[in-house]
Amino acid sequence: MATATFRIWRGDAQGGSFADYATEVAPGMVVLDAVHRIQADQAPDLAVRWNCKAGKCGSCSAEVNGLPRLMCMTRLSDLSLAGPVTLRPMKTFPIVRDLVTDVSWNYRVKRKVKEFKPRPPDAADGTWRIAQADIERVQEFRKCIECFLCQDVCHVLREHEMHDRFIGPRFLMHVAALEMHPLDVEDRVAELREAQGVGLCNITKCCTRVCPEGIAITDNAIIPLKERVVDEVYDPLRRLFRVFRAAS
Amino acid sequence: MIGAGGAGLRAAIEAAAAGVSVGLVCKSLLGKAHTVMAEGGIAAALANVDERDNWKVHFADTMRGGQYVNDWRMAELHAKEAPARVRELEAWGALFDRTKDGRILQRNFGGHRYPRLAHVGDRTGLEMIRTLQDHGIHQGIDVHMEHTLTAVLKDGERVAGAFGYDREKGLLHVFRARAVVLATGGIGKAYQITSNSWEYTGDGHALAYHAGAELMDMEFVQFHPTGMIWPPSVQGILVTEGVRGEGGVLLNSQGRRFLFDDIPDAYKNQTADNEEEGFRYTQGDKSARRPPELLTRDHVARCIVREIREGRGSPHGGVFLDISWIKKKLPNAEEVIKKKLPSMYHQFLKLADIDITREPMEVGPTTHYVMGGIRVDPETQMSTVPGLFAAGECAAGLHGANRLGGNSLSDLLVFGQRAGAHAARFAKERGATHVDGAEIDEAARAALAPFEPDGSGDGSAPYQIQHELQQTMQDLVGIVRREGEMVRALEAIARLRDHAHRVRVAGNRAFNPGWHTALELRNLLTVSEAVTRSALERKESRGAHFRDDYPDKDAASGKINLVVRRDRDGAMQVARRPIPELRADLRQIVEEMK
Repeated sequence: MATATFRIWRGDAQGGSFADYATEVAPGMVVLDAVHRIQADQAPDLAVRWNCKAGKCGSCSAEVNGLPRLMCMTRLSDLSLAGPVTLRPMKTFPIVRDLVTDVSWNYRVKRKVKEFKPRPPDAADGTWRIAQADIERVQEFRKCIECFLCQDVCHVLREHEMHDRFIGPRFLMHVAALEMHPLDVEDRVAELREAQGVGLCNITKCCTRVCPEGIAITDNAIIPLKERVVDEVYDPLRRLFRVFRAAS
Repeated sequence: MIGAGGAGLRAAIEAAAAGVSVGLVCKSLLGKAHTVMAEGGIAAALANVDERDNWKVHFADTMRGGQYVNDWRMAELHAKEAPARVRELEAWGALFDRTKDGRILQRNFGGHRYPRLAHVGDRTGLEMIRTLQDHGIHQGIDVHMEHTLTAVLKDGERVAGAFGYDREKGLLHVFRARAVVLATGGIGKAYQITSNSWEYTGDGHALAYHAGAELMDMEFVQFHPTGMIWPPSVQGILVTEGVRGEGGVLLNSQGRRFLFDDIPDAYKNQTADNEEEGFRYTQGDKSARRPPELLTRDHVARCIVREIREGRGSPHGGVFLDISWIKKKLPNAEEVIKKKLPSMYHQFLKLADIDITREPMEVGPTTHYVMGGIRVDPETQMSTVPGLFAAGECAAGLHGANRLGGNSLSDLLVFGQRAGAHAARFAKERGATHVDGAEIDEAARAALAPFEPDGSGDGSAPYQIQHELQQTMQDLVGIVRREGEMVRALEAIARLRDHAHRVRVAGNRAFNPGWHTALELRNLLTVSEAVTRSALERKESRGAHFRDDYPDKDAASGKINLVVRRDRDGAMQVARRPIPELRADLRQIVEEMK
């Protein structure tokens, strides 16, 4: 069996360093398998988050050779094993230990987004009628597994650390899914422009490139939101209308 | 609420709506619980696709699938209430796939007479948990993520709270509560090949058992017929039954659809006897009967094991599951497969280099679900310990000897809602509880024991013991069981418990998986013993429980459930509990639908 070396960041909020672990690798293995093998044989207290091991839960996010990836969906056969494979925790979030980061900010952000508010039911039995064609766009957004890799790679958060002014691609898409939901009647445009910072996205599409679900986050979610903000806030006719309404 | 999968979240939402103070404690991050992995759909007799469906058919299907050892009252409540619980999800923002007239679309699944599963492609679990999560976070529930609970605290006979630690820092916590709902899922990590994640260590089962509650039906462990088998690192990952629901067929190495060779008598009337009719069924022809690939999971899993044992398996020791063949029937087959089974397409392409629109998958059975669990009152979901409730996979009763696909997600919703409502009522009606300091001290001592310097091991022992236990259960208490092997398993479990008791871990208490594994081992050992003792006691084959030494059903055994409890000396006892007689109107339904 072949051997590969994994250079894994070990440490906590106070600091840390990379440690090298050589371990046996077998055909078909993914990065998370190697981490588990190292944990079982060499580093029993190596901290890592994971659940489903099938790309469905979004727990095992990390940076593999510098790229934000799900460790469970990164095949060793897609990496060069000639040198060490470098694993480090996501940079955008505070470190807890080793490969585990504190992603609680994301959960706090989501709570601030106005929740789903449906129109009254269409039928007497309390149900709605919705055409499949009308939900396909939203279903794409609802594929999101909340791995937060898009949040990790977004330079507004990663480099500029504007966590208090920008909710990041994951939650802009969450807002888009609500705004484009055929039953939803809530209005989220004002906070999109202000507290949620949709204007700070400058469409570099880094989020789309790292999305393990292949969601076109920028094109299908964020750009339409930007357009909506522009339409509603800067449209001169609407603006005039608002002035009159405020005056009356 | 302990556990934040479908049942725990639904219970928390209900209890919050009733106006009590709710805390939700979970081992992982919110939204990552095992529910997220459910693929196929939620079973509910909405009758959107086939107007012949109703709660009575769903009830009869559930009882037949469970081989009539189900708690029939739970099966009745489940069939009646599931449609309302599904519609409620839509009111909270879920977007299910639609019928042509804009209603919730339903798909075929094993053991369900009509297309019954509300779904979103093959990611229904994600849709369900995200909907509950996004609704739940606005209901004033205190969420404690990444906390593990190690003991249920009591005030006399009554529950008074729970004790545990946060995984991030390893600090110990006491949660006081007038009522506790266990919604901790299953026990799959007791086996080597499983579709379950690390969380599935039987925590709720073990917490309840040690608190004096009864477990029931623990011999019934579901081995899902289709898990991935190659490459080795993905072994056990689930391949949804939806593949067969959409027309996928199971083939042996000779290219034969071997399930046609063995159709149980109870299903002969409902099963196609030729390939053409079976395909028509999967495409919505209401006059056709279902293909044998959609027989119940216990049966399909056993047939696969037979093919493999008799030398007709696939190269990596499974059988073939082929959906690509439908291109002979449908001009746009590739598109259909990608639309209906997107995550299967993705999973095989990424992890196994297999394009399922072009070639067959290799599959084999994988430990998937435990029908057994905490014995609860069917109306309230309260266990035999006052104030201790259970819902979802960790509770017993609904599924009997075998669960139908799709009945799990509906179980979580129906009984999560009930558990939440009744726990809230219990908390309101009863006064406050008192937690004894000595009980807390003892729980703390037990939780920190792996750090004491007097034990054995170099820190890797928790993983080794877990591995050995998984191997033992896989080899000796698996799909095909024999008395001698199970007696050996009990000996091994006793030996491993002794090791686990003395196991010591490396490092400190901050996010230390070695420590977490050491504590979870205790739960795994408890549930493994319960499974093995119950399986030894049931001297017949029924549903998911197959005894090579008792290969037939036994009428007398069909009238009892096996109940596991802890006696005064701390030893595990298995008792027989007669199944209450089926109510006359329900009996009539069962007879009519036979």
